[in-house]
Amino acid sequence: MEVFLHQFLNFEIMQKVFPLLLKGLWTTLYLCVLVIPLGLAGGLLLALLSLSRRRAVAWTTIALVDLFRAAPPLVLLILLYSGLPFAGIKLTPTAAVCLAFFCNTSSYYGEIYRAGIESVGRGQWEAARSTGLSAPQTLTYVILPQAVRNVLPDLVSNTIEVVKLTSIASVVSFPELLYSADMARSVTLNSSPVVLAAVMYILLLWPLVRLVSRLERQVAAR
Amino acid sequence: MPILTISGLRKSFGTTEVLKGIDLSVSNRELVFIIGPSGSGKSTLLRCINRLEEPTGGGIAFDGVEVTDRSTDLNALRRSMGMVFQSFNLYPHMTALANVTLALRKVLKKSRDEADAIGREALAKVGLSDKTASYPSELSGGQQQRVAIARALALDPKIVLFDEPTSALDPELVGSVLAVMRDLKAGGMTMLVVSHELRFARDAADRVIFMDQGHIVEEGPPSAIFNEPREARTRAFVAGLLR
Amino acid sequence: MTAWERFLETFFKPELMVQYWPDILEGVVVTVQIAAAVVVTGLALGLMLASVRAYQVRFLNLFIVIFVDVFRALPPLVAILLIYFGLPNIDIVLPSFAVLWLVLSFVLAAFAEEIFWAGITSTPKGQWEAARSTGLTFSQTLLSVVLPQAIRLGIPPLTNRTIAITKNTALGTVIGVSEILSQATSAQAFTGNATPLMMGALAYIILFIPIVAVGRWIETRFAWRRA
Repeated sequence: MEVFLHQFLNFEIMQKVFPLLLKGLWTTLYLCVLVIPLGLAGGLLLALLSLSRRRAVAWTTIALVDLFRAAPPLVLLILLYSGLPFAGIKLTPTAAVCLAFFCNTSSYYGEIYRAGIESVGRGQWEAARSTGLSAPQTLTYVILPQAVRNVLPDLVSNTIEVVKLTSIASVVSFPELLYSADMARSVTLNSSPVVLAAVMYILLLWPLVRLVSRLERQVAAR
Repeated sequence: MPILTISGLRKSFGTTEVLKGIDLSVSNRELVFIIGPSGSGKSTLLRCINRLEEPTGGGIAFDGVEVTDRSTDLNALRRSMGMVFQSFNLYPHMTALANVTLALRKVLKKSRDEADAIGREALAKVGLSDKTASYPSELSGGQQQRVAIARALALDPKIVLFDEPTSALDPELVGSVLAVMRDLKAGGMTMLVVSHELRFARDAADRVIFMDQGHIVEEGPPSAIFNEPREARTRAFVAGLLR
Repeated sequence: MTAWERFLETFFKPELMVQYWPDILEGVVVTVQIAAAVVVTGLALGLMLASVRAYQVRFLNLFIVIFVDVFRALPPLVAILLIYFGLPNIDIVLPSFAVLWLVLSFVLAAFAEEIFWAGITSTPKGQWEAARSTGLTFSQTLLSVVLPQAIRLGIPPLTNRTIAITKNTALGTVIGVSEILSQATSAQAFTGNATPLMMGALAYIILFIPIVAVGRWIETRFAWRRA
């Protein structure tokens, strides 16, 4: 038991590495602020394209979305970060992470938006258009508010996944929370920094996990 | 001088032709009633007039504008043609007042105060002054349909198209909607109504059109259509409804 | 050399493709094995936890809720690193594939438990009452009346979640599980060419695209529309 506590819950070491991990946490949050809005915007675009009346546009978009949903994000990231330099294109870790995340998260967000838009009845379109609203106005004021409300649990749930996903940026030496913790682990030869990082992730995401459960119940009750 | 003139209107879905050359004109302040069996093309005709469905052929002239022209400003046109749907299609995430004022604010660019004033007036006209802040889910079907009528009226349309406005309502709620339509008629509104409410047609309509299989079979004043129809198909349909 | 030739030379060099496809294939086998194991144990554990939760034993429920919340909030890579590098320090040595399998199974179990539990709670009370009125015990009702309905309800949301989690087998590369990505990166380091990496990416895509497509089909087939 003592060995266990020493290895995993060593408060002395935790205290020492706390500032480093806090810096990592900020970097994680910074990354989230970059990739979540990008993914939400890209997802909306993909959803609209995949619902296009032009078959070719819709099918190309759906194929692209499925391609990026089939490729593990870590594979995308490593391909961009370690593969592209061989072609003479060197991306910074931030650029590689943002690009890989953009491909992955916007595909997932896109599918969620699409389900949301499809869940709004055709009559809503027709009613809005019959009062003279243009297609973009109808989308903005009538369809999207209902679509987002219908799939809010999925949107929040996917956002949690995106935050968790930022941990793979550590693989390309992006100094986010897990990278900092793993550095600290290899220096101190003790797992307490990783436990501390785990606690930070859980503290950050647990409220959102609870929120998703509540939203799911609300939507189910409606 | 008709406000709406439809000539040779055709509409196909894939290989099935739903409208096979419709000629129809509606005068100002006229209430025209369209009846016919389901699948006869009544609703499609209505939806072609404001181009919710794209006609395949023929012309629609409305208030001096050719509706089917590519250069026609569709959104401006639709604003002057109100439409009331069978399934109400109220926006569930907005209050009754917001439902009525959305197009006023976004299409006509009216200020919130101005739009709200017009919206309240329109809701008063349909007898729902006390429901401005209610959401659709808090209203009965009849109340919802009256909000939908107010939504169309608020834009000061030159014609209102009714697509089976009472078919989705419980029998005891139909009366309140018909009462509103009667008031509109008395106020001189031009109306084109697809409906099965024959008693209402008899009392209020200026003219009744009987459609079957994509054609207009017969038209005339309600007394003629209901009491002495010329065509066998009309007779059979009317007899079936009155039974 | 034109840009196009250079692109082909970098990402699709034929000699390297011929030379390394057995390695990639080996990775594919490992990936498939671990993914299959994760799906089986993860779903089984999730179903088990949801069933246990139905008995409403306070102490057990608390444990289940904490387990589920932790594995929904914790990035799997954190758990993988923690277990892989942490346990040897207290003299528990697990092979890397076992660590990957355990962690991903727990993550899938957490999500599956939530989905099955939602299915159990949304089964109408009348179903319970009808079954109990015919003399079935609580456990019999749960097993033969409620769970089948809960599982059916859970299929569409579970499909996509399961695909997303099995894709995480790629994380195994970080602790040296010889799955596709790991084979690809080591071949890339060895050859100084991105072709093996591209092959690895393609292998993943070939492996998962049919599954993603099936998932899409299941989702539309079982879809229920909100008004």
